[in-house]
Amino acid sequence: MLKVENLHVSVEGKEILKGINLEIGAGEVHAIMGPNGSGKSTLSYILAGREGYNITEGRVLFFGKDLLEMSVEERAWAGVFLAFQYPVEVPGVSNIYLLKAALNGMRKFKGLDEVDAMEFISMVKGKMKDLEMDEKFLYRAVNEGFSGGEKKRNEILQMSVLEPSLCLLDETDSGLDIDALQIVAKGVNRLRSPERSFVLVTHYQRLLDYIKPDFVHVLAHGKVVKSGGPELALELEEHGYAWIDKKLAS
Amino acid sequence: MSASNENLKNMIGQDYKDGFVTDIESDSFPPGLNEDVIRALSAKKEEPEFLLEWRLEAYRHWLTMEHPEWSFVEFPDIDFQEISYYSAPKSMEDGPKSLDEVDPELISTYNKLGIPLEEQMRLAGVAVDAVFDSVSVATTFKDKLAEAGVIFCSFSEAVKEHPDLIKQYLGTVVSQYDNFYAALNAAVFSDGSFVYIPKGVRCPMELSTYFRINAANTGQFERTLIVADEGSHVSYLEGCTAPMRDENQLHAAVVELVVLKDAEIKYSTVQNWYPGDENGVGGIYNFVTKRADCREDNAKVSWTQVETGSAITWKYPSVVLTGDHSVGEFYSVALTNNYQQADTGTKMIHLGKNTKSTIISKGISAGKGQNTYRGLVKVGRQAENSRNYTQCDSLLLGDECGAHTFPYIETKHPSATIEHEASTSKISEDQLFYCMQRGISAEDAVSMIVNGFCKEVFKELPMEFAVEAQALLGISLEGSVG
Repeated sequence: MLKVENLHVSVEGKEILKGINLEIGAGEVHAIMGPNGSGKSTLSYILAGREGYNITEGRVLFFGKDLLEMSVEERAWAGVFLAFQYPVEVPGVSNIYLLKAALNGMRKFKGLDEVDAMEFISMVKGKMKDLEMDEKFLYRAVNEGFSGGEKKRNEILQMSVLEPSLCLLDETDSGLDIDALQIVAKGVNRLRSPERSFVLVTHYQRLLDYIKPDFVHVLAHGKVVKSGGPELALELEEHGYAWIDKKLAS
Repeated sequence: MSASNENLKNMIGQDYKDGFVTDIESDSFPPGLNEDVIRALSAKKEEPEFLLEWRLEAYRHWLTMEHPEWSFVEFPDIDFQEISYYSAPKSMEDGPKSLDEVDPELISTYNKLGIPLEEQMRLAGVAVDAVFDSVSVATTFKDKLAEAGVIFCSFSEAVKEHPDLIKQYLGTVVSQYDNFYAALNAAVFSDGSFVYIPKGVRCPMELSTYFRINAANTGQFERTLIVADEGSHVSYLEGCTAPMRDENQLHAAVVELVVLKDAEIKYSTVQNWYPGDENGVGGIYNFVTKRADCREDNAKVSWTQVETGSAITWKYPSVVLTGDHSVGEFYSVALTNNYQQADTGTKMIHLGKNTKSTIISKGISAGKGQNTYRGLVKVGRQAENSRNYTQCDSLLLGDECGAHTFPYIETKHPSATIEHEASTSKISEDQLFYCMQRGISAEDAVSMIVNGFCKEVFKELPMEFAVEAQALLGISLEGSVG
């Protein structure tokens, strides 16, 4: 589904990603772990198409197409979804309005008619129930005055409404207490399917207790320094990131 | 600067969609202004003597006045002798009896604007008094309104049919000496609308006027007078667009609202006059005096305006709260793009006891636009327990535009409560990226964020106007996204 080849990225002349290679198949869950400043969040921003990064080398193929050539919204339409680490507030725009505009944007791209208002409401309400979200959230301004947990749940709600092929979760576990983490993880697990892939960007093993990854990659100094199965995350948890540096040095 | 700022710039470079000129032979005065011109104008309109005298008093006073320089806008001096003070579509000389008699060119003009009269009459049930240049060309729903005793007609017609009402109320809110442009308007006003709602009547429909400036070099001087008698209620909609051309066109309108005991007027405006091109060439100068007098107890006035057009907008819809317990409201969205300048706001003059006013102002600046909020809240010596709440927010798109706020507060009563809140923010790249990542196009995202910013004002607009206003903001901001 996604193929990242020798990706080099710099910001203001400073190289942040130094040749990333990554291949993600349909239905797989990949965790990307690494210390602060390793370039984890940069990678998810690049895939989603955020501006301000200079891609100096390499390419990214998404379903065989050049992802880097596509605009932000084209990537969204093609099925890339980024759950933000810090979801953005949009004052005066209700949650339901944004959700509907987003879904209709997708449908338009696929040549479908706009969603029926009644069907839409009942579909969204059903998904909110799964995420234990109060319906009143629909009529509040997007993320405005939401707690950290509410914002993250809202991201998962959007994800479940838009049904993307590739879900990038950028430190979705940060700022969540254990109850909220479980709800979010449940929401993600419910979305797992043979056609849908996930990339979990995280510092901690904790999230991976609830969402079992198929592969774990360790990112350090702008490179994938180690890849393995779920056991790699446990090793990291035990030894810390310094262990990786030590291994690299030896 | 990043590429998404570049996007913003492209997006706000949208061409004016209503730019075209209707080809109708105009019967116009040659340019120039003197007492003879005013006499000729008054004669052409077959006005009674008192009105001619009133015009002449205004003109003589105007000659002694200086052009005001205090506003935060810049434009070259206006030569008032270069303006023609009367222009009427020729085919309208005899006045149409029905829509069928209206010049098909005019109808097609309205169609291009997306406001076909027939459609409006059928679908919205809105009565329309459309002003094309200086003569009213179509007035509808007269019968239904007449049944309720409501008078809704062109100003000229009111002068002929209801001279007593005109004599009683004209100039009682904005006198013929009020200010430079109000005096000029009083001297040369061409036409406009007149509304009278009798005692205890709730106007059975929303009243709407579409304005359109057309003939080149013709200043348009509208005059609107609305009187709401005791316990009555009316919602009035004013909306306008104008054809694209190079010369600046002066528009100096006066709107007077008289509100008696327990009556309410809701006055909503969507203004989309030609703003000039992206280099600041052309565009309408819109210098308007709008004022309401809550003349008796429990009167209420609500001004709602969405201002996206004109090269220069200069207007302060105000409320004089004379009666005890009277209420004044002002809800405003003003958008400036390219080289547009807007200096707009309101005046709330609290004279009666327990009077209340609310001001919600949303200024949006894009391109090189300059947007100024100027507001006065004044509490008089007798105005015990007066309250005002002001909220004044500015949104900047890009970094070449400006937002300015000049609040004036004068209070002469210790019991007054006055609150003022202000904020300035920028559309952030984070917000844009977030919306676009959800599959919303850049244009739609900007429009959505700006509309969200204006929500508190839009919810005050009548439903169909709110939809139009949202579309208008979208059009004013969209463009080719690279």
